[in-house]
Amino acid sequence: MAFVTANWNPLGEAFYRKTELYEMGWNLKDGLRDCLLAAAPYGGPIGKSELTISLFKKIYIHIFITSSCIFLSLQWKSGVVRQLGWTVCDDLLCIQEDGTVLIYDLFGSFKRHFSMGNEVGQSQVVEAKVFHSPYGTGVAIVTGASRFTLATNIDDLKLRRLPEVPGLQGAPTCWAVLTQDRQSKVLVANGGDLFILDYTACTAVNPPGLSPQASSIVHMCVSFSYKYLALFTDSGHVWMGSANLKEKLSEVETKVRNPPKQMAWCRRPKSRQPSVVIMWDRHLLVVGEGKDTISYHLEDDSILVPEMDGVRIINGTNHELLQEVPASCEEIFKIASMAPGALLLEAHKEYEKESQKADEYLREIKEQGLLAEAVRQCVEAAGHEQEAETQKTLLRAASFGKCFLSNFPPELFVIMCRDLRVLNAVRDYTVGIPLTHTQFKQMTVQVLIDRLVYRKLYPLAIEICRYLKTPEYQGVSRVLKHWACCKVQQKEESDEVIARTISLKLGEAAGISYSEIATKAYECGRTELAIKLLEFEPRSGEQVPLLLKMKRSQLALSKAIESGDTDLVYTVVTYLKNEMNRGDFFMTLRNQPVALSLYRQFCKHQEQDTLKDLFNQDDDHQELGNFYVKASYKEKRLEARVAHLQSAVDEYNKAKNEFAAKTTEEEMRLLRFQKKLEEEKGESLVGFSLHDTLRTLLAVGLHKHAEQLYKDFKVPDKRFWWLKLTALAEKEDWEELEKFAKSKKSPIGYLPFVEVCVKHHNKYEAKKYVSRVTPEQKVKAHLAVGDMEGAADAAIERRNEGEISTILSRCSPTTDRALVERLNRAKSTAAKK
Amino acid sequence: MAQSGRRDAPELPDFSLLKRLARDQLIYLLEQLPGRKDLFIDADLMSPLDRIANVTTLKQHEVDKLYKVELKPIVSTADQLCFLIRPRIQTVKWISDVVNLDKAAGRLRRYKIIFTPQKFYACEAVLEEQGVFGDVTCDEWAFYLLPLDDDIISLELPEFFRENFLEGDQRWVGAAGGALRLIHSLYGPFSKVYGIGQCAKMVYESWREQVEDGEQKTQQPEIGNVFLIDRDVDFITPLCSQVVYEGLVDDIFRIKCGSVEFGPEVTSSDKSIKVMLNSQDKVFNEIRNEHFSNVFGFLSQKARNLQTAYDKRRGMDIQQMKAFVSEELKGLKQEHRLLSLHIGASECIMKKKTKQDFQELLKTEHSLLEGFEVRECVSFIEEHINRQISMIDSLRLLCLLSLTENGLLPKDYRSLKAQYLQSYGIEHLLTFSNLKQMGLLVEQQPGETLTVMESKVGKLVNDKTAGKLTDAFSSLAKKSNFRALSKRLVLIPKSGEEYDLRVPRDMAYIFSGAYVPLSCKLIEQVLERDGWTGLEEITRMLNGHEFAVSGGANGTESRIKADSQRIVLVMFLGGCTYSEISALRFLGRERGYKFIVVTTAITNSGRLLEALLDNHP
Repeated sequence: MAFVTANWNPLGEAFYRKTELYEMGWNLKDGLRDCLLAAAPYGGPIGKSELTISLFKKIYIHIFITSSCIFLSLQWKSGVVRQLGWTVCDDLLCIQEDGTVLIYDLFGSFKRHFSMGNEVGQSQVVEAKVFHSPYGTGVAIVTGASRFTLATNIDDLKLRRLPEVPGLQGAPTCWAVLTQDRQSKVLVANGGDLFILDYTACTAVNPPGLSPQASSIVHMCVSFSYKYLALFTDSGHVWMGSANLKEKLSEVETKVRNPPKQMAWCRRPKSRQPSVVIMWDRHLLVVGEGKDTISYHLEDDSILVPEMDGVRIINGTNHELLQEVPASCEEIFKIASMAPGALLLEAHKEYEKESQKADEYLREIKEQGLLAEAVRQCVEAAGHEQEAETQKTLLRAASFGKCFLSNFPPELFVIMCRDLRVLNAVRDYTVGIPLTHTQFKQMTVQVLIDRLVYRKLYPLAIEICRYLKTPEYQGVSRVLKHWACCKVQQKEESDEVIARTISLKLGEAAGISYSEIATKAYECGRTELAIKLLEFEPRSGEQVPLLLKMKRSQLALSKAIESGDTDLVYTVVTYLKNEMNRGDFFMTLRNQPVALSLYRQFCKHQEQDTLKDLFNQDDDHQELGNFYVKASYKEKRLEARVAHLQSAVDEYNKAKNEFAAKTTEEEMRLLRFQKKLEEEKGESLVGFSLHDTLRTLLAVGLHKHAEQLYKDFKVPDKRFWWLKLTALAEKEDWEELEKFAKSKKSPIGYLPFVEVCVKHHNKYEAKKYVSRVTPEQKVKAHLAVGDMEGAADAAIERRNEGEISTILSRCSPTTDRALVERLNRAKSTAAKK
Repeated sequence: MAQSGRRDAPELPDFSLLKRLARDQLIYLLEQLPGRKDLFIDADLMSPLDRIANVTTLKQHEVDKLYKVELKPIVSTADQLCFLIRPRIQTVKWISDVVNLDKAAGRLRRYKIIFTPQKFYACEAVLEEQGVFGDVTCDEWAFYLLPLDDDIISLELPEFFRENFLEGDQRWVGAAGGALRLIHSLYGPFSKVYGIGQCAKMVYESWREQVEDGEQKTQQPEIGNVFLIDRDVDFITPLCSQVVYEGLVDDIFRIKCGSVEFGPEVTSSDKSIKVMLNSQDKVFNEIRNEHFSNVFGFLSQKARNLQTAYDKRRGMDIQQMKAFVSEELKGLKQEHRLLSLHIGASECIMKKKTKQDFQELLKTEHSLLEGFEVRECVSFIEEHINRQISMIDSLRLLCLLSLTENGLLPKDYRSLKAQYLQSYGIEHLLTFSNLKQMGLLVEQQPGETLTVMESKVGKLVNDKTAGKLTDAFSSLAKKSNFRALSKRLVLIPKSGEEYDLRVPRDMAYIFSGAYVPLSCKLIEQVLERDGWTGLEEITRMLNGHEFAVSGGANGTESRIKADSQRIVLVMFLGGCTYSEISALRFLGRERGYKFIVVTTAITNSGRLLEALLDNHP
């Protein structure tokens, strides 16, 4: 505690500190010499893993976690690896000489591979870089033919072959990938010339104010955020500026002329000055704005891992973090600092010693009104410290200061305590994720949980979710799902046991999708287990896709129907249709009426013939008959129509529907009759109903033919009489009508004659029939022709009160007085009765 | 009549929100296809769309020209085509043809299909089959509910009826469930859900599933109770002639999407006029639920009032005149216009309906409902068919006969069918097959009717078992035993008593006092009993599938008393008639409820039967 500043070095206005994160336990015989090493940086827009990897004599690939215990060793059997790298989701990329990129997961199992282009095969990859951008993980290579190829996102692979660089022979001196204007570009140095390569062009650029002594750029590096660029020249100068090469920040002479092994920006958000860390074999140099530099001696071969808020230095024995001291830490710990935070820390120390000086310090802060500021500083500084003891001291001081403040919002303090607890847990040697607080905030808890899940640290992940009260759906449930997916891959345990263990553990968790777990199980070749797991899935709809995949189509169909989602049913039906032979398919449908009617609907519009087959299969003769009847109406030609109807008759007979068969037969007869008449008389008749045919015939005066039809088709007398009556009246053929009326006794009575005549405004004719109307309807008939007297006579004769009232209601003031009186009298006598 | 209701009836929720939501989503979808585009709209979406977003709104979002989908080659010259359609296979196939034609002609266009209310896998399958899946983009416009009035919301899915009840195609169930979910999320949570019918049950389950997916909301409920009912629970009511004004207007002029087009015979000019029929129309609002016999009296009274209001101007000084002109005149003029339209419509209805034919038709219907003089009815129907009076009406009477008599006698069944086919053509063989499948027009069990059999068996066993047998027999009959139902539920008021249609005493007034609509009676009974207890036999006769579920929300006492508990949402699956809505309004006034009717579509006897015709290829 007392020596917090012991590892601080001043550079310009700021201090830099190098803190040890872990002692490396990786017992390397040869150190880091002669191997490829890629540490996943963490930072950038998405979090990455901090794993180190080395390739020993190109035989083994080892994956380490940062605290360096061997996580996994993997024997390398493939081609010569040029470069290793990590993707944003913790997958290892091995870029081979021939341009093939192999992807392995954290546990060394092969995931997939892709190629950087065919032309790479001959010219070979000379150098490769893995980079991260908002679009994912990218890969850039340069071939022996000096051509660059670039893929911005390996998950959505689009290879871009960049234009040629003029004058470049063999490998360039140095290069880097930039992300600018939503595009990945390559910055190449060839001797003293600098070019920017984008998808379409190669542009020569000049860094403003580059010292004239330099004849060649030997090394370059881009900052974590792609905003800054540093160039190292053969004259030993370091040029620092913006990545778009429009602005120069500073230039420092290092007095070292041989090219550095590695170079990295060392910045943090709200940094005070630009600074770059340059590493030679045993020498590390931090350069900033001014002439001063900080120089460290390295004991061993090391690599630099740039981070968003510093640089990690990894070597055979140590793992250190070099960063600019954050402002809050500097204020508090700087020697003789009078910042409020420093005073508060002091006050708390005195308080613990039970000294009254505590009060003095406190007063001093309070008088300046800076107590809230002091608390804030302490809390913030605690976040930046690695040592748990220092964190505790600072937090205690903050808590002490808070007591003297009213209205100080507690969230800041509470959240920091929580964050630190989580951070300390993951920084632990066994977990080995040395996140700084700034990185943690950037990467979010979600991503951290993901990373723990990738490493199969399920208990820790669940603990963290519970501790941070992450909503179940995003937290515990998600972890459990991953756990279950991992569990189903354990080949040594039986299906029974695994299914039971999983259901026991997942039983109550919300938002678990058993179908996902089952899918995983199926992918591992455990179909039985998958089916067992699916049974736990409450939403039947979710089970369907997997069941189909597992070829349990019958089960899938019933589950789909159970879900009530017709789309799903339809999906299964289409699938079955393609998978099964027709007979089996129809049989399956037959047992599932819902699916059957759905499929029928589809066939009605798309496949009429299939529909027929369906009915055939079911021996559904009734429907087949209907089908043919319908088909007959689509036919224009009479013969085809009749043929269809004949088929319909056969089917109806099979269905024992005599009625339908008979009617259809009659229709065939009618059609033929119509056709014949059409040809003879030129009247358009085909397709008319019997009734309409008759009416047309009567209307054009083809009475003979009408009679024939009437007899042939056993048209009821009533219908025929009505038809003829109206037809004749319409033609106003009163003579014929009279003849017709006298031909024989009307089956519909004679009231219709009266009414129809009246309707055609011929009262004269109407009156002819009144006398023949039956007594019951006489009144109506008389009224229809407007004969009040006659109506009254008829009604009185029948002594019907109701009829008399009807007549009375029809009487108007102009009606004969005497008549009205007569009616009234009759009404009263009728009523008396 | 309107005044007799209870004063404390709760306020209805504001459904205009549904329109706003639909419009915003549509605009969003249109913007997804930036630039000028031509829009093709399914014919039956035109009117609903007009209620959501008018042409100006569409033009604002870069819609160039509007076309109706006609399944013919298109003439559009635009580079972007947008199709707003119902998810139907024929339409999608047509679009594929359009795309393929363009391809063959080497023409490059962008295509977007907006399915409403949702897309079906079958549609995408067609796109895939026709090889245009990659050429079009598909979207869904979740336009489930169109508020037609303050208390009527329609899904505007007339095909629901045929597809669900005839074809057994349940693909719209999810849409109905989605509609219910939308209402639930905006106006729920519901405290109790009742229902009857297989489809109702499925809709309920579909809704529950969708709710579980999303999050439960805890808001002040605006709708307390929900009643789901299948159309096939009660076919009789929609098959009766409507005699309440709104129903009559629908029967004669066909109300489309809440508005009606009055032709020249109503407007007494040579133009047709489109009128919105809803509660905004003051004249209409007062007569819509009235029995037609009262409408004329009311309208003439209204005309007199209007005249008095106009007459006020006499003897006014300048100031008063100014105030009159600025404040009242416009309203009066508006009222005047509407009044003359409704008078015209009523006259037109009178002309058609006071004819003797109609009186006799009504008489026959009432006899059928009462089960009185059935033979006369049969001969009336026969004559009706023979004289080819009306294709649909004849069919309607046949169905009513079958439904009330539990099937036709075999002799009648054959002869009436044969005569019908002679009148209207053999293609109706398919129509009859459909009607039979639906149980609308069936043959009585050959030999003995169930009742005869029942009495015979009843003699052989003791009384107690006979009762059980009755139940067994009634459940044997596939469809309702209407006589028994009407006896138990007292659907037919005692005849002989004078029924004053001006002061109705029950819901029967909507059918001139002859019949209380079964569907509405069920709703009344279930609400009264708070469930199906005591109605077991009735549900058995109706083929069961009844349910009553408490909404799970902690229904404390205070909540039950809340206003929302007296707001009842009734969802008709397969359509409902204006008469039923009138009956529910009446019931609401009597019992202090407010009913909100949600229906898959407004129907009437004509639409219902036309949906089952199969006479055109």
